[in-house]
Amino acid sequence: MIAEYLTTRFGLPEWLACGGVALVQCLILLGIMMFAAALFTWMERKVAGRIQDRLGPTRVGGRFGWLQSVADGVKLLAKEDLIPGEADGLLFRLAPYVSFCAAFCVYLALPFSNGWVAQHLNVGVFFIVAIAGLEVFGVILGGYSSASKWSLYGAMREAAQVVSYEVPLGLCVVIPVMVAGTLDLVAIGNMQRGWGVNWLVFHNPFLFITFFIYALCTLASTNRAPFDLAEAESELVAGFLTEYSGFRWSVFFMAEYGSMYAMSGLGAILFLGGWHGPIPLAEMLGLSYANHAVLGWLGDLLGAGNFLCKAFLGVAAMMWLRWTLPRLRIDQVMTTCLKYCVPLAAAMFVGTMLWTYALPGGLLPRSTPLGAVAEAPPWTAPRAARGERP
Amino acid sequence: MINWHTCFFLLFATITCAFAVAVVVSANVVRMAVCLIASLAAVSGLYFLAVADFVAAMQLMIYVGGTLVLLVFGVMLTARGPFVSMKITPANWLMAGLAGGALLILLLCAATSVDAWKTAAVAASAPAAEGGHTVAPIGMALLGIRVDALEQANPALRGGIAGYLLPFEIVSVHLLVVLVGAAHLARARRRRRPAEAVPDASRSA
Repeated sequence: MIAEYLTTRFGLPEWLACGGVALVQCLILLGIMMFAAALFTWMERKVAGRIQDRLGPTRVGGRFGWLQSVADGVKLLAKEDLIPGEADGLLFRLAPYVSFCAAFCVYLALPFSNGWVAQHLNVGVFFIVAIAGLEVFGVILGGYSSASKWSLYGAMREAAQVVSYEVPLGLCVVIPVMVAGTLDLVAIGNMQRGWGVNWLVFHNPFLFITFFIYALCTLASTNRAPFDLAEAESELVAGFLTEYSGFRWSVFFMAEYGSMYAMSGLGAILFLGGWHGPIPLAEMLGLSYANHAVLGWLGDLLGAGNFLCKAFLGVAAMMWLRWTLPRLRIDQVMTTCLKYCVPLAAAMFVGTMLWTYALPGGLLPRSTPLGAVAEAPPWTAPRAARGERP
Repeated sequence: MINWHTCFFLLFATITCAFAVAVVVSANVVRMAVCLIASLAAVSGLYFLAVADFVAAMQLMIYVGGTLVLLVFGVMLTARGPFVSMKITPANWLMAGLAGGALLILLLCAATSVDAWKTAAVAASAPAAEGGHTVAPIGMALLGIRVDALEQANPALRGGIAGYLLPFEIVSVHLLVVLVGAAHLARARRRRRPAEAVPDASRSA
């Protein structure tokens, strides 16, 4: 741990070292989330434009409109900040930050590479699923406190949708966890190292189908089209967001883009090998801790880049679907969840269970056995294994 | 001794208690729910501080997430107009105060009666013993293997440590099925109209 290094090497008091390290980690994560939100708002416009045979933003910041997000940000900050006279002011102000905090807390337990995680939790998957479900709370608060029936209906649509889609999403997350045998995200990622055939999505045909159900449920739980009934800006006039403007409105969207990236990251770790690519570049180049600490660190850095790319591709797929498919009606949304996703996910659960009982090795020949202990830098081991006081 | 552990404990404990008081004091249903969620989330922070990761995540999932559903139903069922505030009579205050006060006194008595909790040193080192590796033992206990009680020497007690968690879980799933069945039986039966009745209704309308 860096905090222990600081206390022993420089004689800093414990609270200062721990607090400083925690602050730096939070700032890094906040930076990643903000950068992702800015990049994705720009990308959303470009993707929408290209799919609709337009150019998208072209003027701001050069040929590709790179600085469009900055211009948007300045515009939103300068907008008049309206609060309806009838509204419950405290809750109205609080609501966007509740959503943002929930989206941000997901990043606390999301590993970016082998051991590169702000808080290495033994129950990482479970924590992320629990926290990600809380994002809807800000939406309900926002809809309720606006004192407008329109907003309240929008919030209720969203609540019904998100609470329903928690069920198949949870089932889909459990299935790779069952194959991996652990809830620890770092361990699940390290299990899939080697060539792409080691990814859990190729473990058996049931997991392959599960991945697509997971992707569908992720779309619904992050309120992306074709499931964005809560907002539905073209038909239902932005639901719970009707009364929001300016900075608070943009905080809701930062939360949405942040959680999109986090959920694709979770999918990348659970199904697509996390930081272990289709080609094991780091192992080919000999970047491992067995050779040298710096080489191992470089290998982890490469893994982090790999992971960020996978999560980015996941978000790109979400945008592609958004601008390709028409929006569903609320009854179709609920039918998709309760009549198709839940039974399918349950069937995949039973199928994977039987498969792991009969063929624990998986379908394709693996370059490393599933249970092989991955090498890890010493500081990634949970505290008790190192025999220390927390 | 003041360390960061103590600071965070005091912080989370203060948040828990302050928002618990706010739940009682506020009169608006939604504000109550918000305070309740803040209080429960701070309790989850206390669990994380005690390196009980699984319980903390459970707290977030079940209590904080459950309160969310409570909030939805609270709004849907009670909100006849915007921002209804509850009227609480002195008799209600008295009853609630008696019940709550009795429970508080009981808990305080129980907490002060344990000798091991009186010394600070024991309390500080207690969380380090388990170290957050609680998931595997809990999973094994679900299957009937209590990892923490394998060294039980007394053969009379060894029969009991196998654990009843799996039967317990089966019973809970059974209860769920019963609830679903009850909801199915109790729902309002909507009689389907004959097919030829529908055009008549539309014509008269």
